[in-house]
Amino acid sequence: MSRVRVLVGTRKGAFVLTSDGKRTSWGVSGPHFAGWEIFHLKGSPADPNRIYASQSSSWFGQVIQRSNDGGETWETVGNEFAYDGDAGTHQWYDGTPHPWEFARVWHLEPSRTDPDSVYAGVEDAALFHSRDGGHTWQELNGLRGHGSGPHWQPGAGGMCLHTILVDPQDPARIFTAISSAGAFRSDDAGKTWRPINRGLVSEQIPDPTAEVGHCVHRIAQHPSRPNVLFMQKHWDVMRSDDAGDTWHEVSGDLPSDFGFPIDVHAHEPDTIYVVPIKSDSEHYVPEGKLRVYRSRSGGNEWEALTNGLPQKDCYVNILRDAMAVDSLDPCGVYFGTSGGQVYVSADAGDHWSAIVRDLPPVLSVEVQTLP
Amino acid sequence: MIRVVLPPNLRTLAHVGDEVKLEVAEPITQRSALDALEARFPMLRGTIRDHATKKRRAYVRFFACAEDLSHESPDAPLPDAVVCGAEPFVILGALAGG
Repeated sequence: MSRVRVLVGTRKGAFVLTSDGKRTSWGVSGPHFAGWEIFHLKGSPADPNRIYASQSSSWFGQVIQRSNDGGETWETVGNEFAYDGDAGTHQWYDGTPHPWEFARVWHLEPSRTDPDSVYAGVEDAALFHSRDGGHTWQELNGLRGHGSGPHWQPGAGGMCLHTILVDPQDPARIFTAISSAGAFRSDDAGKTWRPINRGLVSEQIPDPTAEVGHCVHRIAQHPSRPNVLFMQKHWDVMRSDDAGDTWHEVSGDLPSDFGFPIDVHAHEPDTIYVVPIKSDSEHYVPEGKLRVYRSRSGGNEWEALTNGLPQKDCYVNILRDAMAVDSLDPCGVYFGTSGGQVYVSADAGDHWSAIVRDLPPVLSVEVQTLP
Repeated sequence: MIRVVLPPNLRTLAHVGDEVKLEVAEPITQRSALDALEARFPMLRGTIRDHATKKRRAYVRFFACAEDLSHESPDAPLPDAVVCGAEPFVILGALAGG
């Protein structure tokens, strides 16, 4: 029977949650790297025992950990993220030029085919690539250097590159998203990039339809249909049917279209999930009710999924990397909260239960489906 | 042989106890002590000082003999009591948080 392994990054360490395919009884291991912020962990699709983890600290900087045995043991690999050439400047919060400074790795995206190949999205926003299992990292400098970089500006959480999608049918096509610069696409394996933000409207920036400057929170894609992208923007849930060339809003009847994560059902490319958050000044769920919203029509029409989730006095947030789906049938959906709960639905969102309730605030959730 | 005390987060990273002993070639300075520490524990590279500039990270402090040496030159000799092993060279995270 298949198994699942849930990789949870928190403010104070990493946790590994394991279950068989029923997803009702769970083992919990951790905290790994106790006391450190674990922004993200992700396993290699090519070798599920290979897992990469981003470990960081405001005091002691960035560490990259790697496991070759499914998270049982770990080794440190390379942690030197040097911007290529003259790093230059981006805009600071007050609009003045500010030198590009590496702060941390937000997201690790292992290759689908090579366990030693992994991308890293970092703050201040840039994309790095390792071809040697994380020992050394090289910046793909065409992203910062394509022209608009000096005009990028950080959001409240820092100027982070948080989303990396490699087209499963064309590995030379890569999508990234940056808060708050927007979405970008490369069609030549990361050498050159262009902004793909046409159709986004952000009232929080001087020109609401500017080419860059949008606070994109997350982009999701179904592997069978890589030209269809779903986006949770700061405000607005968006959809593109042409690989990001144009976007249109699909927020529809959501109670709030502010939020962070968005994900796609493993077997139904038009079934998508978001967790509405009340507002950008109130980072918690509306009305004290924790509700995942599911659309089975690729957006616009949404249903609240509440069975098993707290429906009163709940004021948690769900961060952009803290939702994932497994590939079992029925599809499992997972998310973690700022209150330390990790929830699972083993039936595509119809029923939910907490795997754990009292972890440190959850930063990221990834799932591996294992034979 | 000098003694170096690491902060808890770096002890777990380096898989060591609260104090490590290091052979350091003279002259024994912050720089030579940290070079020796990073040579023996490569996973600590980048966590105490910047990879490229070798500057102390902003929230890291160096204490010894009840003195804050954080702002001393990295090439200044460490106190005799540290050099002879009577007192440890203490690396710690600056007080912060709430």
